Amino acid sequence: MKLTVNGQAREIEAADVAALFAQAAEETGSTDPQGVAIALNGRVVRRRDWDTTPISEGDRIEIVRAMQGG
Amino acid sequence: MVDTLTPLRPEADDPFVIAGVTLGSRLFIGTAGYPTQVIMRDAVAASGAEVATASIRRVSLQGHGSDTVKILKGRRFLPNTAGCETARDAIMTAELAREALDTNWIKVEVIGDRETLYPDVAELIEACRHLVDDGFVVLPYCNDDPIVCQRLADIGCAAVMPMGSLIGSGMGIANPANLELICRRMGVPVIVDAGIGTASDAVIAMELGADACLINTAVAKADDPVRMARAMRNAVQAGRDAYRAGRIPRRGRAEPSSPQLGLVGS
Repeated sequence: MKLTVNGQAREIEAADVAALFAQAAEETGSTDPQGVAIALNGRVVRRRDWDTTPISEGDRIEIVRAMQGG
Repeated sequence: MVDTLTPLRPEADDPFVIAGVTLGSRLFIGTAGYPTQVIMRDAVAASGAEVATASIRRVSLQGHGSDTVKILKGRRFLPNTAGCETARDAIMTAELAREALDTNWIKVEVIGDRETLYPDVAELIEACRHLVDDGFVVLPYCNDDPIVCQRLADIGCAAVMPMGSLIGSGMGIANPANLELICRRMGVPVIVDAGIGTASDAVIAMELGADACLINTAVAKADDPVRMARAMRNAVQAGRDAYRAGRIPRRGRAEPSSPQLGLVGS
């Protein structure tokens, strides 16, 4: 299905937020969910809710990570 | 190898408290721009800081991501909204940071201009008001303007973080008179953020009455970041001690310090 992930149009099959994270983790090589946050259509999805939050066609998803900063 | 002594904790009669939390150091350390992750880790340790800043970025972007969180385990994170230009983006970034780092502390930065990185005060106040209402412990990066700082304190910010000078500039405390005024009037802690270039700048900030300093570039971009981190730790402590001790008045003439009676040959 068509999704917008981090501002980019993507064709991804993922039933829920957890599955989407697993795919993103594979692409980026960083599989550790520590320091990661995900928002679905502008709302943060708590980590404990990742595997019960479904994803639908057209959803906008932000996957972010804490990194070095000032 | 620079030794990493145990943190110089604020003295028992001079605790440093933000939002009810007593912090173990008056130095907040930034984690960006170090030559390597190992040097960053060692510099953070040498600084004695309990609070370390972090940023929130999309995962596809380059950066030492997951390592940062692991390396700094045990410290208190202060995530920032660096780079945000609107209240809306800053609020979203803060919400993501709260989830990513399990903290409701947030350094709110809303910039109005990419060349000066000056705060956009209108957007900053809007973002801070929303985040305070949403239960965040809000620490805004702001102008060294007593009225702006007062407005931010009035809406419930846990501290204010006026700039010493432009972010990353190393220009030191550009307006000491303003900073002293802010420190004297504020009912919340004042953390000088941005512009500190070397240890003497941190001493000056603390002597003017600042409660703490947030330092990144001056440490990260020093030739020896670990040594500079230690220098900053000592500077913040020295400046605080001097502030509490009370400096002598300046005078325009000499005043002998040795006794004037019993001079040999008189």
